[in-house]
Amino acid sequence: MGILSLLIWLPILGMVTIAFIPRKYEKYIKITAAVATGIQLLLSLVLWQRFDAGIGTMQFMERLEWIPSFNIAYILGIDGLSLPMVILTALLCFICVFVSWNISKAVKGYFALFLLLDTGIIGVFLSLDFFLFYVFWEVMLLPMYFLIGIWGGPQREYAAIKFFLYTLFGSVLMLVGILGLYFSCGKTFDIPELMRIAPEALQGVVWWGMSGIKVIWVLLFIGFAIKVPVFPFHTWLPLAHVEAPTAISVILAGILLKLGVYGILRINYGLMPDGVYWFSGALAFLGLINVIWGGLCALAQTDLKKLVAYSSVNHMGYALIGMAAVIAAGAANGTNFKAAQAGIGGAVFQMFNHGTISAMLFILVGVIYERAHHRDIDGFGGLASQMPVYAGITAVAFFAGLGLPGLSGFISEAMCFIGAFPVYRGIVIASTIGILLNAAYFLWAFQRIFFGELNEKYNKLPEINRLELFTVVPLLVITIFFGIYPAPYLDIIARTMDMIINSVVSLSTFAGM
Amino acid sequence: MTNLQSLDFYWPELILTGVIVLAIILDLLLDKKDSGKVGWVLILGLITVALAIYIQDGSKTTTLFMDSIVLDPFASFFKMLVILATIFVSVVSWHSGELTEYRKGEYFTLLGIVVLGLFLMVSAVDLVMVYLSIEVVSIMSFILAGYLKQNTRSNEAGLKYVVYGAFSSGIMLFGISILYGLAGSTNYFEVQQAVVDLDETANAALVMALVMILAGFGYKVSAVPFHFWTPDVYEGAPITITAYLSVAPKAGALAMMIRFFNQVLADGGAMTGIEGVSMTNMPWPEILALLAVITMSLGNLVAIQQNNLKRMLAYSSIAHAGYMLLALPVMSTQGVYAVMIYLVMYLFMNLGAFFVVIAVKNKTGGETFDDYRGLGWEMPLVGVVMTIFMVSLTGLPPTAGFIGKFYIFAALVKGGPQFYYLVILAGINSVVSLYYYLRVVKVMFLEGERSETILQPPAVMMGMLLLTAIPTVLFGIYWSPIANWIQHSLTFFIQTI
Repeated sequence: MGILSLLIWLPILGMVTIAFIPRKYEKYIKITAAVATGIQLLLSLVLWQRFDAGIGTMQFMERLEWIPSFNIAYILGIDGLSLPMVILTALLCFICVFVSWNISKAVKGYFALFLLLDTGIIGVFLSLDFFLFYVFWEVMLLPMYFLIGIWGGPQREYAAIKFFLYTLFGSVLMLVGILGLYFSCGKTFDIPELMRIAPEALQGVVWWGMSGIKVIWVLLFIGFAIKVPVFPFHTWLPLAHVEAPTAISVILAGILLKLGVYGILRINYGLMPDGVYWFSGALAFLGLINVIWGGLCALAQTDLKKLVAYSSVNHMGYALIGMAAVIAAGAANGTNFKAAQAGIGGAVFQMFNHGTISAMLFILVGVIYERAHHRDIDGFGGLASQMPVYAGITAVAFFAGLGLPGLSGFISEAMCFIGAFPVYRGIVIASTIGILLNAAYFLWAFQRIFFGELNEKYNKLPEINRLELFTVVPLLVITIFFGIYPAPYLDIIARTMDMIINSVVSLSTFAGM
Repeated sequence: MTNLQSLDFYWPELILTGVIVLAIILDLLLDKKDSGKVGWVLILGLITVALAIYIQDGSKTTTLFMDSIVLDPFASFFKMLVILATIFVSVVSWHSGELTEYRKGEYFTLLGIVVLGLFLMVSAVDLVMVYLSIEVVSIMSFILAGYLKQNTRSNEAGLKYVVYGAFSSGIMLFGISILYGLAGSTNYFEVQQAVVDLDETANAALVMALVMILAGFGYKVSAVPFHFWTPDVYEGAPITITAYLSVAPKAGALAMMIRFFNQVLADGGAMTGIEGVSMTNMPWPEILALLAVITMSLGNLVAIQQNNLKRMLAYSSIAHAGYMLLALPVMSTQGVYAVMIYLVMYLFMNLGAFFVVIAVKNKTGGETFDDYRGLGWEMPLVGVVMTIFMVSLTGLPPTAGFIGKFYIFAALVKGGPQFYYLVILAGINSVVSLYYYLRVVKVMFLEGERSETILQPPAVMMGMLLLTAIPTVLFGIYWSPIANWIQHSLTFFIQTI
């Protein structure tokens, strides 16, 4: 068994172990979860050590026959696009075990489902067989449903089913797209193989009188867009993020949203590069709507968690704009290879940064909620004097969220804009309004919570404790480190991004499709 | 083959007949409280029959009894499926609280006769035999549905079933007689020849005949608009019988439909591994597609509003019939293959779901959603198992239900652009179905509180739940053995033109 399989199946092993621990030994259940995710994190770091950043293609490939009669195989592999995501997943899952350390309701079920969710997420990032990819994609849904539905807030049942229905709708369309690809591209689910075959095999395929590439592109895109979430498929997000328990909000915002972007880059960009030309304008425009709409909604919130949730919509918009910039490298757009690199690199970097920053924000919201039992922004006031450490950390997290230079969010957002500027000048200029909104809602919220008169109700609020610090500080360090020195990250992804750009560029002849 | 020669190839059915006779005699000798022992005769007998079919399988593919039934691996596959479902249901019948106060001798005997009828159904290639086998199955089902003499709901179920059954089989008979008038024969192969030679003036009569025969088939698979009996019968009948009706006769009827449409109205191409071609210029694939879409949509939409779990599962089984019917218009080997895969998966998940209903009814005495409140905390194993079935019925990986849907979708996409809209509709239907399946899960786990004592159903019941739940998960992950078995069973006795 290779290291990638180990990464995927380790949480399942933890889950099985937990299943055999009697439910009264809650402490051992938690420790088992911590050990399983801890080893997973170590393994992902080992993987990072052994990863060769000079290669753009798949590494550590594993392949097993699974269902030969349908040409389904168990194929795993990792490249510059998935490696950071795997590390992020392992890190956040490890942290989230400690974030949920004080869960009291049905501890055994909680951690068992949590580990199953972990397996599903890692599985999506590592699988290179489209069928396997789909299975993992769906495996995530059920644990998520329970985790929101049982351990969530007052509206949890509605939030859980809404999340489930939305995602399932997307994945059903995705399944149709997958089958379309399978039958038009020589009956294989092997993604590297499809990347080779699909661009040519799909030429001339007609669905409903339209180009097959366009239809399959849109089917898959909707499936991924719901996860991102792209406007107008975002309405499940505020609800699910707000109702979910803190750790699950962290996973939702930190990783699950990234799956959508990852899917678009891996599948849509990888398999149908000529569709990129056709769709990138729409992608940039949707990104702009996300930025503005998410910003406006966040500004209007009185619930701190909802504000953070809408900030995710806002932040993912930057990634979409950056992704659209890949066409800058095409002949029709001035073969500006540097801009394309900046755009798509920025988008992938933004995925990671948003993962750490929003995780931090949700943990911090959880900290205050645990103490005050509400999240109403106007209900606090003057907390800076009461909880100085908490206020300081929150300040850094908020600044990272609004893209202050010196913190990682700034670099990735700037890269997205730099990349998109040559091709989508208008959209980039318009989306600077989003940055303004971004700063407005974070700073305004910060002012209302931490400055002004101390609300007398809260003059005994305890300071952030050590366990909570343990969960936030690593993320804080990463945010600051990548804000100052992003090169290690950009080096890992560079080769893979170049490959994506090249495959799009080499098909620029089809641009007039 | 003449009647006498045919007997040589008919011994599994002869054994089954012996088992039925033995069951009747044994029942006469037993007290009421011991009458359940007849079940042993049936179960052991069915295992013997299964062995006989296994030994016989592949030895010869031929027609029997002067071209009225055929012996082929396709029929053997469905016979095995029926036997499996019958054994499952028989074991659970011993432990169903509803049946404790009744004699069980006749019950098992009648089940045995249904099996014989289904054997005929899956191998019939003659319109008269089709009609007779449907009647054998139906009449036994009428009695079984009304088996709870002292329960008025059960009586109502039996009576409704009789009325609908008589009506639709009457219509079917009328259709068969029109077809006979057109073709001059009741034998599939000769009818096929005659249909080819018909000119366009006969189209109106052919459409009439087809629609009327479809009424008979549709009634057996409970396809809309011939489904009206389903919810009432499913709700009133003993749950064991409901479980049985939702699986075995449906499988039999689908086998019959596949044979009929591919052998009579198409050139049988789907049965030889190539695409089938319709023999007439009337739009029967479109009619079937329409029927399938209406069936699944109505089943799913009405299931949402149900408050009784049995009734909800009745509508869900209508919806599943719709999914399976979807693959028929494609007329390809993949389509038939997909239906067969789907049936295997459906057998485990649907029987399992009904078994949970039985286990819960034994405990709480009810079947409504209220009876399931907090069940997942009180009986965690039952809750988990039920969740598996619900997820599988929705068609989410990694469960068997997903594999079934996957093959259906694949057959449709393979079939060509004219079927893509069916895939999208079926997909949207799965999303709709998620809502009511998950409602069960919601009531079990999201409502209610953690309880201090954990209950378990009796060992045999738990064993049956696991016997259905484990394959439901296992076949969702690794189904190569099933796929290979079906590949092997895709051999038909056919005459192509």
